[in-house]
Amino acid sequence: MDFSFTPEQNEFRRTVRDFAEKVIAPRAEEMDETEEFPEDIVRQMGGLGLFGLPFPEEYGGAGADFTTLCIAIEELARVDSSMAITLEAGVGLGAMPIFLFGSEDQKQKWLVPLARGEHLAGFGLTEPGAGSDAGGTQTKARVENGAWIIDGSKSFITNVGTPMSLFVTITAVTGKNGNTQEISNIIVPVGTPGFTVGKKYKKMGWHASDTRELAFDGVRVPEENLLGAKGEGFKNFLTILDGGRVAIGALAVGLAQGCLDQSIAYAKERKQFGRPIGEFQAVAFKLADIATNTELARLAVYRGAWMADRGMPFKKEASMAKLFASEIAVTAAREAVQIHGGYGFINEFPVSRFYRDSKVLEIGEGTSEVQRMLIARELLGF
Amino acid sequence: MNVVVLVKQIPDPANPYELVDGRLKRGVAQKVMDPGDEYGVEAALRLVDQFGGEVNVISMGPAAAMEAIRRALSMGAHKGVLVTDDALGGADALATARVLAAAIKRSEFDLVIAGVESTDGSTGVVPQMVAELLGVPQSTFAKEIEAKDSSLTIKRQTAAGYDMVECPLPAVITVTAGVNEPRYPTFKGIMQAKSKPVDTVSLGDLGLGGDDAKPTQSVDAVNPAPERGAGEKFEDDGTGAAKVADLLKQLKVI
Ligand SMILES: Cc1cc2nc3c(=O)[nH]c(=O)nc-3n(C[C@H](O)[C@H](O)[C@H](O)COP(=O)(O)OP(=O)(O)OC[C@H]3O[C@@H](n4cnc5c(N)ncnc54)[C@H](O)[C@@H]3O)c2cc1C
Ligand SMILES: Cc1cc2nc3c(=O)[nH]c(=O)nc-3n(C[C@H](O)[C@H](O)[C@H](O)COP(=O)(O)OP(=O)(O)OC[C@H]3O[C@@H](n4cnc5c(N)ncnc54)[C@H](O)[C@@H]3O)c2cc1C
Repeated sequence: MDFSFTPEQNEFRRTVRDFAEKVIAPRAEEMDETEEFPEDIVRQMGGLGLFGLPFPEEYGGAGADFTTLCIAIEELARVDSSMAITLEAGVGLGAMPIFLFGSEDQKQKWLVPLARGEHLAGFGLTEPGAGSDAGGTQTKARVENGAWIIDGSKSFITNVGTPMSLFVTITAVTGKNGNTQEISNIIVPVGTPGFTVGKKYKKMGWHASDTRELAFDGVRVPEENLLGAKGEGFKNFLTILDGGRVAIGALAVGLAQGCLDQSIAYAKERKQFGRPIGEFQAVAFKLADIATNTELARLAVYRGAWMADRGMPFKKEASMAKLFASEIAVTAAREAVQIHGGYGFINEFPVSRFYRDSKVLEIGEGTSEVQRMLIARELLGF
Repeated sequence: MNVVVLVKQIPDPANPYELVDGRLKRGVAQKVMDPGDEYGVEAALRLVDQFGGEVNVISMGPAAAMEAIRRALSMGAHKGVLVTDDALGGADALATARVLAAAIKRSEFDLVIAGVESTDGSTGVVPQMVAELLGVPQSTFAKEIEAKDSSLTIKRQTAAGYDMVECPLPAVITVTAGVNEPRYPTFKGIMQAKSKPVDTVSLGDLGLGGDDAKPTQSVDAVNPAPERGAGEKFEDDGTGAAKVADLLKQLKVI
């Protein structure tokens, strides 16, 4: 058993941490308040090569691996979840489907600009009536004169309404397979007539991350925009979500680590009853619990990433990592606010933002209930 | 244009430091390339982007200083030289300059870039000594650099603004923190750095002996600055401004 990262991964972790602390941290409070997507920061993340980490150099990537991507996501999330999810969704949901299922031409056209960090893309699965039951997609696509005609809508879609957004890959019903719907993936470029990118949602957290509703009204895209084989869209997005879960787990670990670091500093500095509050066992034990849970979640997440990098099946491990990491992150954030007392409730202190940012981790890319269903299914074989 | 950058490895300034016998304790875990030297590396990379050539990074220090060279290589520098030798422990600025000058002379160079002063030792004299030993002109405190084929113009930061200084190449320049925004190493850069050529050389390899490394100055004692007193308080009864002005005059501030 070898639990160590490579020296290059360790050095890269330091670089991303340095970037997060120097470039993102000073802006995080303002971004949280204005809810604006910081294009300049995201472009700098692109310059650092973050959006191309797991992709080969011939597609504009860094030729690293999934583990290294998780390191970057963790380090960003330690400082700011909005930028971490922008990276996670940009790579995991925007670029990964093209890399895994795209033709050579599609990779050159759509993957390269994403991997180079010049553009962002999204993945549109969730619909107003189809969330956990993503197979219940109602968006429809049919072929007419060599083009797909798309009608329907998507909700809660990340990274499609930014100034850098290039396209969204959607799931759409393209026919029937006996009693079940046939679902396919189609690439829809931003700016296609009939494709409306809606207003930003007002959210509890992740304020600087772009989340919008999408509407498709007779949208025409060339037939060649079909991604992967017709009818494989459902199977394909399930594959995408496995990796995405590990990456969300990395985000959760970063957030929990951020809560821990902030709380340790505060517990040493804040004095009540004549001593630092960290000397009170009730506070110290909270720190011990947050630290222990964070470390366990980190082990689960990087084991998932390690399995993914070796091409091993990791469905169950991915769900476990996501489930555990997101739940301990919410707990860590709640306890971090508690350790900060009244100041923890004030937005000037990062833990206040961390608390609001944490909740969605138990919802996005499969709710905690869905993760438990998936894990149980693997156990029971139903 | 072949550019040499002088980089120093220092204990991470983000952490508290410790002195042992008046010398900085260097055995601490977290060491970094002097943040002030990142500007030099960036400036060199930009010049080489513009004119072609190579960036050669040179450092003198203990074996661990190799990490500072690696950092510069991951930012994009082409090769590095580390001068390390037990006889150099406790070297002062002049000894350092002798060693660096000897290392620089081993290959052709058009320009040497250094920081204005290091973050830990901060004597701010090594680059000047290096220029003298190399027998080339020096331009210091550059906040902007513009190079032509055989000469270089810098904007030299002054208290009032800047001077325009032109000098022929080869030359030594020092750069301020305002000169550019240093890039972060990418993962690709970190991987590529692994296979870039680096030389580790000793005093003997440079044709120097123990005498060249002997300190010419030594620090006898290091004392913290005295705590500030309570200061003087003036109640403003209408004459406050005049009293403050008198005091400032007395202190020769105005
Ligand atoms: C900020 C944000 C960003 C997002 N980004 C994207 C994106 O980029 N692309 C995308 O496609 N989607 C995105 N989503 C959508 C997200 O994946 C869904 O919100 C999530 O999958 C849950 O779906 P739902 O909201 O419809 O909830 P529902 O499915 O309606 O769930 C409601 C509740 O019922 C529970 N539940 C549902 N079914 C079961 C069951 N069978 N057993 C037990 N409990 C059940 C759920 O766990 C939950 O507690 C995003 C969401 C948010 C909030
Ligand atoms: C074994 C060993 C042990 C050492 N121990 C110490 C120690 O305990 N304390 C200490 O301060 N120094 C130590 N040094 C380094 C050396 O003595 C100092 O670098 C020297 O005194 C320079 O002074 P300064 O930092 O004030 O330079 P400054 O003149 O302030 O530096 C200006 C610029 O010169 C360049 N420069 C300076 N020093 C170096 C260098 N070493 N390598 C490459 N470029 C450089 C940099 O570009 C820097 O920005 C050690 C070196 C060796 C080999």
